[in-house]
Amino acid sequence: MTLHDSSGRLPQAFTTPGSSSFVDFLAGHAPDLLPGRRPVPAGELQAPHATTIVALAFEGGVVMAGDRRATMGSMIASRHIEKVFPADEFSAVGIAGTAGLAIELVRLFQLELEHYEKIEGSLLSLDGKANRLATMIRGNLGLALQGLAVVPLFAGYDLDRAVGRIFSYDVTGGRYEEHEHHAVGSGSVFARGSLTKRWRPGLDTSTAVRVAVEALVDAADDDSATGGPDRARRIWPVVATVTEAGYLRVPDEDLAAAVDVVENGRRSARREGGAR
Amino acid sequence: MSMPFYVSPEQLMKDRAGYARKGIARGRSVVVVQYDDGIAFATENPSRALHKISEIYDRIAFAAVGKYNEFENLRVAGVRYADLRGYSYDRVDVTARGLANAYAQTLGTVFTTESKPLEVELVVVEVGREPTGDQIYRLSYDGSVADEHGWVVMGGQAERLGGLLGAGWRPGMTLAQALGLAVQVLGSAPDDGEPRTLTAAQLEVAVLDRTRPRRAFRRLTGALLEDVLGGDGSPTGGGGVDSP
Repeated sequence: MTLHDSSGRLPQAFTTPGSSSFVDFLAGHAPDLLPGRRPVPAGELQAPHATTIVALAFEGGVVMAGDRRATMGSMIASRHIEKVFPADEFSAVGIAGTAGLAIELVRLFQLELEHYEKIEGSLLSLDGKANRLATMIRGNLGLALQGLAVVPLFAGYDLDRAVGRIFSYDVTGGRYEEHEHHAVGSGSVFARGSLTKRWRPGLDTSTAVRVAVEALVDAADDDSATGGPDRARRIWPVVATVTEAGYLRVPDEDLAAAVDVVENGRRSARREGGAR
Repeated sequence: MSMPFYVSPEQLMKDRAGYARKGIARGRSVVVVQYDDGIAFATENPSRALHKISEIYDRIAFAAVGKYNEFENLRVAGVRYADLRGYSYDRVDVTARGLANAYAQTLGTVFTTESKPLEVELVVVEVGREPTGDQIYRLSYDGSVADEHGWVVMGGQAERLGGLLGAGWRPGMTLAQALGLAVQVLGSAPDDGEPRTLTAAQLEVAVLDRTRPRRAFRRLTGALLEDVLGGDGSPTGGGGVDSP
């Protein structure tokens, strides 16, 4: 990376009129900083993996939630990892896949949106943001083929249409709009089953948060790579709502209460899942 | 073959400085003023889209006068500089001082080596957690940098307006007081003429608000600006604008 040219003035690339995209600027000026442009040596690579993310729409917005476990093979690599992030004021991005790359990609995506906002003086549309993320995933395809895949889930509040919308992706950068709800990652099969049963149109915020937490609890029940709520260490999932008021992380007390409701419900029904 | 005319370096620099100054003097002034919870920027600018004041990074803002295409180019370069630096190191490693140095080098190199100097004057401002941490750098067309305190006026009538502002400003003003003073100064007329009352629609106003957690930059427009200006438009408690 070069911040100055030999005369000390800002490099030509900085003052060349061009696109409002930070990724495009990096590709021209410092391509080695882009995750997808780095060569990875052949052979098997063990790296921490992030798992289950769920998102669901409710009346006036979306909820996104992620568990806190990262695994490396059969080991737990982290109990505190965060996989749900604000992409900007009105959207959230959650990531499953190779943790290091995924977090780098999120940082770059956050910067991409902020950079556009500063250069243009206006926000990108929600579809515009979703498409930018697709382009960035596509740029990562080479690494994905070597086993370092990143699969994000993107959700945000569409200011033009005044609704919450959810987008899922595949490793080739395919972008799919999801209606109602979606989940990605190793526990997603179980989370999706749970969401299918629990989701209803017109949920309110607190119910939506509880449905998301319950989907994660169900995923953790059957998937070893997904971490459940950790009472002893008081580690709760990361849950965020995105509404007209913007991105808001749900506080830990609310999550502890939501976990209580889910577990007590099962205990009182004398279900096996509530025995913990 | 004809011999090129000899021009002394002294004359050359003088001509360039005169040219740049003339270009800058054509534009309307920008006022930068410190208040208790941050730093406010104000200028007379009826355009909603072409800004003279903008966000560079979390706690850093930029304001400029002069030729629009030239300072817009510098602004974009500044955003790229800051974002690249923050991405390579960390967000806290992006400082107004670093950016001001980069701008100073760029302006200085253009002034001495290119056929036409940049007809711009800039300020790079960083808001601290405390008023003592605020940094205001003023950069001229020739690359000279000044570290300012409290307030700055740039543009065509910088000297006259600076005198007025300096007389009225004191540390610890509220936003309403500081903006009231800034707008009064911007609307003042030279040579005892009738002062104008500038309305919210004629103004571009923004603040770096130190109480905001990350991105401190905020534009004040429409009803919000009217509220701030109307609420306590005239600076009180001995802070009135006296004629110098």
